[in-house]
Amino acid sequence: MSDTKKARVDEAGEPEALSLSRRNLLKGVGLTGAALMTGTGGSVTAQPVAAATQRIRVVEAFETLTAAESATLDALASRILPSDDGTPGAHEARAVHYIDRALTGANAASRDQYAVGLQALDDYSMQQHGKLFHQLSPSEQDTIIEAMTENQITAFPMLGAGFFNMVRNHTIDGTFSDPYYGGNRDFVGWDLIGYPGVRIISTPEEIRQGRGLAPSRQSAYDVATYTKDPVDPASVAQGGNHGH
Amino acid sequence: MATELPRTDVVVIGLGAVGGVAVLPLVSAGLNVIGLEAGGWFSTRDFAPDEVRNNLRDWPQAVPKAKREIPTSRANINFEAIQGGGHPMMNGVGGTSMHYWAQSWRLNPWDFKVVSETTNRYGAHRIPQDSTIEDWPFGYEELEPFYDRVEYALGVSGNAGNINGKIIPGGNKFEGPRSRPYPMPGLRSSGFTDMMSDAARELGWEPFQGPAAINSEVYGDRPGCFYHGFCDRGGCHVAAKSSTAVTTIPEAMKSGLLDVVTHARVLRILSDSSGKATGVEYLRGNQVLVQPADAVLLASHTYENTRLLLLSQSREFPNGLANNRGQVGQHYFSHHQGAPVLALFPRDLNNWYGLPAQGVAIDEWADDNFDHSDLDFIGGGNLWVHTNRRPISAAKMPTFDRVPNWGARWKAFIAENADRTNTSYIQKTTLPYRGNYLDLDPQVKDALGFPVIRITAEHRDNEQRIAAFTQDRMEEWYRAAGAIDIIRTGLGGAMGASTHAYGGTRMGDDPTTNVTDRFGFAHEVKNLGILGASVMGTSGARNPTLTAQALAWRTAQHLVDNWQSIAG
Repeated sequence: MSDTKKARVDEAGEPEALSLSRRNLLKGVGLTGAALMTGTGGSVTAQPVAAATQRIRVVEAFETLTAAESATLDALASRILPSDDGTPGAHEARAVHYIDRALTGANAASRDQYAVGLQALDDYSMQQHGKLFHQLSPSEQDTIIEAMTENQITAFPMLGAGFFNMVRNHTIDGTFSDPYYGGNRDFVGWDLIGYPGVRIISTPEEIRQGRGLAPSRQSAYDVATYTKDPVDPASVAQGGNHGH
Repeated sequence: MATELPRTDVVVIGLGAVGGVAVLPLVSAGLNVIGLEAGGWFSTRDFAPDEVRNNLRDWPQAVPKAKREIPTSRANINFEAIQGGGHPMMNGVGGTSMHYWAQSWRLNPWDFKVVSETTNRYGAHRIPQDSTIEDWPFGYEELEPFYDRVEYALGVSGNAGNINGKIIPGGNKFEGPRSRPYPMPGLRSSGFTDMMSDAARELGWEPFQGPAAINSEVYGDRPGCFYHGFCDRGGCHVAAKSSTAVTTIPEAMKSGLLDVVTHARVLRILSDSSGKATGVEYLRGNQVLVQPADAVLLASHTYENTRLLLLSQSREFPNGLANNRGQVGQHYFSHHQGAPVLALFPRDLNNWYGLPAQGVAIDEWADDNFDHSDLDFIGGGNLWVHTNRRPISAAKMPTFDRVPNWGARWKAFIAENADRTNTSYIQKTTLPYRGNYLDLDPQVKDALGFPVIRITAEHRDNEQRIAAFTQDRMEEWYRAAGAIDIIRTGLGGAMGASTHAYGGTRMGDDPTTNVTDRFGFAHEVKNLGILGASVMGTSGARNPTLTAQALAWRTAQHLVDNWQSIAG
């Protein structure tokens, strides 16, 4: 086990993930040093878009979505949870990366619906405006989304509330999930709703602080207690097997 | 060709919440026990605070066996039964006791005597005519010693309300007399539950911290709860949750008399021409094995208990084992836990951590704790609010019709309100009815080609009237605590698959209406014991697990005390 895998324990006895697992970096979930520095101390406040965007440096290919699909999906997710108020939204959380990875595994059954729905969204946009969906203005995009939610796009029945709700649900999953799964980058989702992050112990004093509690800034899997990497017996007090 | 293994004294099918308890009295009496478990062992490292895995992807329930045997369900025979998205059963050593909320209630005395108590107080006409409800074959006092043993063997936290008839402030004054206090005090309260308790007292109610099979302090070699959350469908990373996987099963294994066989998929229970159970046939990997035993304890989940009996057909039992009177699958009901009330508060509740069992209860409107003379139902509901919130579900909060559910206004709404909602948990008296039952689905099969269970069941007037009545009380409670908006959900219809599933192998003295006798042994198969909520004929207004565990201990003890006449 390398040094970067070990969680440091602060005076209160609570591991504080100041370093990253190599695996998480490889998954593109990892934070840059600058992001980590912001993670210690202070209350949860939404980060400015510019700051969050600046930190997106890790290159990660999509596993199943095509370039065209990812652009359309990112545009749609960005209207569901926008960032034009100056705070990060689904785009900055990289919700589309979460969805992409989920579509190769747990949500594979929805892959075809995404293919058909996203293509239909572009086709309809071309028909209405002569441009792809992601090239439209936000207000043009919103008009189309409204029509979707009210099942009014009769020429493309797959563009209905069912498709919208599926994308909405997955966008939320990707924005507010543990960063291990590819979204919620830099914990922007958790900051947005004031969730101070996963801990392995929560004292009454901490809980009472609500959104004022300093965020933990760690993935569950950055904590040695839960790692799925080969176990270093010295670092995992409660892990291992029980019974036999 | 099946391979026959050496004979053992007792084979237990399922090492979960109930089988995991029953093994302890068996080995304590010196019996050799083989426990067949469909899942494997989990590590505490499997229990990460991970909402995606626990709550979105149906893990750890999504292990192969149960996932391939998801029941179909329909409200009544006028509908086609549809297979649901998940199975409430969990495979793994410890079973559902690993990932449940761990609320550990005793039933109230009324729940054992619903028919006679209702008749005495209001008249027999108050029992719904389409119900098949019977009094239990014994009262609360018969089960009390076994409740006590389980509470101490597992480790249950709670504040007693009645010790040997003396009412204790801070507990539930409606509970039956207990012989001694809980082994540990109740879990700690939170700012939110304190606020709700204050509001309840303003209404003249008596709130109390509910009981939980979770350590509130060090118990044996296990620590107290860390209150970090993710307890709902999550196992405990420090083993503070008193699942059988970390309590009675390892304790029983110390004797050397319990052999745990994992990844064993039981195919059928075998019986001979005299009508005795002779053992169990199971699949492990690609091998079919036969485990002969002098006694068989069926300790799966309610759905699988009925299914295995129905699949265990023979010349003597052409319609399934212990089913020559057609009672297997009857008197089924899913606990009415739905129809919650949702509240929006004008300030943060600081509910990000904590656990569902860390809650306060109101029992004034449960069972027959209030006068039903002028009401049109019997029974009631236990009102429960708790501390627990996870980020994805928080972001999916209802909008209370204040904003659209997407876009900039929605974003601002959840940014402000994600920690300002609460959803009640109201468990309601649920009755068995004619026309509500389990059977084998005529079409849908599992991966091995065996039919899955089909649920045909719906809540009736009595349940829906309780739902409406308790929603009124719940709204009153939330409003008293300062809620600014309320959502009341539908009152309930089709029962569907539930973690709180009862009946199918009901316990009672009359063999024409019950599968097991008063000790949990099948009327028609004397050395077949059946464990779990499947033997319970009433639900009460609270979680079933502790009662099912107390019954399991009692059945196992009865086997030990009557070994020759049952298994000899």
